[in-house]
Amino acid sequence: MKTIYEKPQVFTDAITTYCGGCGHGIVGKLIAELIDELKLQENGILVWPIGCSCLSDRYYDMDNFMALHGRAPASATGIKRADPSKFVLCYQGDGDMVSEGMAEIMHAAIRSEKFSVIFINNAIYGMTGGQMAPTTMLGQVASTAPYGRETLNSGYPVQMAELMATMPGVVYSERVTVTSPANVAKCKKALKKAFELQLEGKGLSFVEVLSPCPTGWKMAATKSLDYIDEVLTQVYPLGVKKDASKEEN
Amino acid sequence: MNLVKINFDRCKECGYCIKFCPKGCLSKGDKINKRGYFPPVFAAENCIACGSCARMCPDTAISVYKDVE
Repeated sequence: MKTIYEKPQVFTDAITTYCGGCGHGIVGKLIAELIDELKLQENGILVWPIGCSCLSDRYYDMDNFMALHGRAPASATGIKRADPSKFVLCYQGDGDMVSEGMAEIMHAAIRSEKFSVIFINNAIYGMTGGQMAPTTMLGQVASTAPYGRETLNSGYPVQMAELMATMPGVVYSERVTVTSPANVAKCKKALKKAFELQLEGKGLSFVEVLSPCPTGWKMAATKSLDYIDEVLTQVYPLGVKKDASKEEN
Repeated sequence: MNLVKINFDRCKECGYCIKFCPKGCLSKGDKINKRGYFPPVFAAENCIACGSCARMCPDTAISVYKDVE
């Protein structure tokens, strides 16, 4: 008998608090697989944000830290500077990173902090009930934008992967998604690259994941994947935005 | 024979495994779990143990084994 897939060893038996079909679950699982593969369980510290993923410390049998709203990069900075031998992963959603904690992530990039950042972009505030986020697309209906987002009052969606690619302190920036087994494999590859760059002591590595939020978008889970492929990727194109890993720093 | 093992109580019925199974081995179930969802049922006939269902499952409810006796 050959095992093709089993629950990663670092995962506990706790059932996640995510809704059915949530992209957090898929990305969280990839993180757990990579922690097992790269043997980071003993030496890693995961920094969690406020949002749907704020109870993630229950799911991983390793060191976890839950930061204040938007301040995960600041907390991760402290942890990484106190002990640079640790692997530090900073995980944030779009409401947490782009709205509440924009200053923290920008300054972490400016200082070229040596940790990895995973940014989950579902174009909405998931946990609080589907309100408009800075990443909400123009025309997208949210509970605080019942007629769709318009530029007059709400401005334009923020493209974080492109923004981070312009920062000299960022060594790697890529946007991926999790809408099919092939895209999940690409997402895992991007995360692995980001993790390895941190282990090599390079600058900040950034991976943005376009993630489905079926409850917030008021769609069936399988429809939400099509929505990402057809609509979200038009505003947020996939691909590597910056790769300075080969350059001398 | 290949085996797709579904952890009955972890499943949240998102349907990703059914959507991405290339051989149509998974279908909607009719038994309810303790959280109120209907986990899918597995038929082994055409399974090629590709693992697509397990890789897409957001709740890590699926394990896949090849050549089970």
